Amino acid sequence: MVRASLFATCLVDQFFPQVGVSTVNLLRRLEVQVDFPVGQTCCGQPAFNSGYRSHALPLALRWLDLFQDSEYVVVPSGSCAAMLKVYTPELLKDNPKDAQRAVELARRTYELSQFLVDVLKVTDVGASYPARITYHASCHLLRELGVSSQPLALLRGVRGAEFAPMEAATECCGFGGTFAVKYADISTAILAGKLRAIEVTEAEAVVACDMGCLMHMGGAMRRRGMKTRPMHLACSHVPKSSPS
Amino acid sequence: MQPRTQEFSKLAARALGDTQVQKALLGLQTGFDQARQRAILELTPEAWDRLRDRAREIRRHTLERLDYYVGLLADNVVRNGGAVHFARDAHEAAQIVLDIARRNGVKLAVKGKSMVSEEMALNHLLAANGVEALETDLGEYIIQLAGETPFHIVAPAIHKSQEEVAELFARKLGTPEGADAEALTRIARETLRQKFLQAGMGISGVNFAIAETGTVCIVTNEGNGRMSTSLPPIHVALMGMEKVTPALEDLGVFYRLLPRAATGQRATSYFTLVSGPRRNEDEDGPEQFHLVMMDNGRSRLLADPELREALFCIRCGACLNACPVYRKVGGHAYGWVYPGPIGAVVTPAMVGLPKAVALPFASTLCGACREVCPVKINIPRMLLKLRADAVEGAPGQRKASWYEGLTFRAWGRLMRSERTLARARGVAVFLQRPFSRDGWLQKMPLPLFYRWTRGRDFPTLARRSFHELWEDELRTSSPQVPPLR
Ligand code: SF4
Repeated sequence: MVRASLFATCLVDQFFPQVGVSTVNLLRRLEVQVDFPVGQTCCGQPAFNSGYRSHALPLALRWLDLFQDSEYVVVPSGSCAAMLKVYTPELLKDNPKDAQRAVELARRTYELSQFLVDVLKVTDVGASYPARITYHASCHLLRELGVSSQPLALLRGVRGAEFAPMEAATECCGFGGTFAVKYADISTAILAGKLRAIEVTEAEAVVACDMGCLMHMGGAMRRRGMKTRPMHLACSHVPKSSPS
Repeated sequence: MQPRTQEFSKLAARALGDTQVQKALLGLQTGFDQARQRAILELTPEAWDRLRDRAREIRRHTLERLDYYVGLLADNVVRNGGAVHFARDAHEAAQIVLDIARRNGVKLAVKGKSMVSEEMALNHLLAANGVEALETDLGEYIIQLAGETPFHIVAPAIHKSQEEVAELFARKLGTPEGADAEALTRIARETLRQKFLQAGMGISGVNFAIAETGTVCIVTNEGNGRMSTSLPPIHVALMGMEKVTPALEDLGVFYRLLPRAATGQRATSYFTLVSGPRRNEDEDGPEQFHLVMMDNGRSRLLADPELREALFCIRCGACLNACPVYRKVGGHAYGWVYPGPIGAVVTPAMVGLPKAVALPFASTLCGACREVCPVKINIPRMLLKLRADAVEGAPGQRKASWYEGLTFRAWGRLMRSERTLARARGVAVFLQRPFSRDGWLQKMPLPLFYRWTRGRDFPTLARRSFHELWEDELRTSSPQVPPLR
């Protein structure tokens, strides 16, 4: 039996716990033994990306300690997985005690779609969702982790779903973490193009593998009264518009 | 030119509100970025990737021995009868050009396109000293008439509509109003042609400089480049010192990359190689050839292993065309010579990080720049490094907002202790209740964060965190649905 530890991410833990619930249920259905190391908080990405490496460092170490015995670490977020897999080993590379451990744990850490398709080798998880959906390729998932086909393969396996490809699906939605508040007007100007592309698909749900992008797109879709809902790949049903 | 990098937000806001600029930026996307993609498909992505790796190898090799190749280049230029000048910074470089002009009694200089001369603010210095410097690249000519700076490193006047150019020409050159593109080009060409013959000096940029032969290579789509290097009696070529490459055959790699990455062209209209002044047996060509090699912050990049690769850049502009931020705010928002992702990396080295600190943060880190770069520069990683330098770097380099510092300190405390976090979330869940509308907030009355809700709703904290759900239900529960296999 495969054992996997969930790294839920701070956004899921605090704002979108149903994504974590869906992830756990999904993995358990695939007979993965799931555990959730209690006390985990954040991968440190907001601090790291804003230049505050000294605040990111303790969180990197926290991840190392909490997950050191994990067979696999599964992360339902492309950018947090990129933080753990790509940047954390770099952050710790001059740390003689932890550098090697970080490299090894990073190797056992996977973004959810990557874990399902590349490790468990499944593309049909038995999901059904009878509606029109579209997909946004989150930047870090795509360009830092090189994950492009896995989420699409999983979506193709969803029964009843009608897939409407989005124009320029691989273009940034304008979120960029703290960029979204630091340069809020540029962020929303970039987002406007993404929303138009979503609107054209007439999809009921825009699926992505990162709650950062989804909270950004979803917040704007709600503000504009669009009918499309943000949906994490892990959710086989549309979460109610309320994330609580 | 005084950097206006500190005004990034203001300049960006202006560009966002300028419909003509927005239209032009959209055109850039279809015109350049899609043309680039087609050109790569035509060559095959595999061949493209091999070329990129080869180019990286050449650049890495060269930069590891930069002093050697710069020396070799200088020796060979001199052997060919040219003169070489080294400039530590932009000011020194401009002074060198002025001195050459003065020594030779030059009153008029014609210029080909050169971003390095923009670093030097050369036109201003020359004009202030009685030497007229005339841009002859059509785009550069337009922005010179308009008193602006380049909007894009490859297409400097791309932000201007035809109507704006017609109006500008009518005002400055007395041409008939409402002229079309063809007429405007003809007018510019006629005006400039006479100047080429009168000019005492031709100034050009350099795309590549070949060390083993002492040759400079200039890549253009207009004949002006060649005319400014061959008609006037003096040719001054300006280059950043990183532009050197060991051998002539390297051009076989770079010249296949540059036009495709820049404009999607297989080749440019003009490709000029200059190896020194006219020789006895030559019928024409300049009598003097000067090569000015400028540092201006480049050795700072070279010395930093995490930023060194920025010197791989061949100034194709592809990262600008692919960047979601550049595509919205355009070139002038960056406030200095080099805009876009690569500008955000090199500008701090040239004008100083504290002054240019807005630029590395003006990115979503989406990685599109790295993906399109013909020499695969990992720009996002450099932006991260510059951000860290700005926040936690050496005292003279630092430039962080105290408010943001406090916010992150508080955030760090919360994230380091799940108990504190749980307590804080309890309070926040209580406080947010009256403002929640179906789980979303329409306003956040907090500094910085209030900006989020200007265009987007913000989710409320979930009533129960995933931690609580796990402890209360999930830990021991079995899957809601039976297993698949
Ligand atoms: S960084 Fe790369 S893509 Fe950008 S201008 Fe330089 S070579 Fe071109």
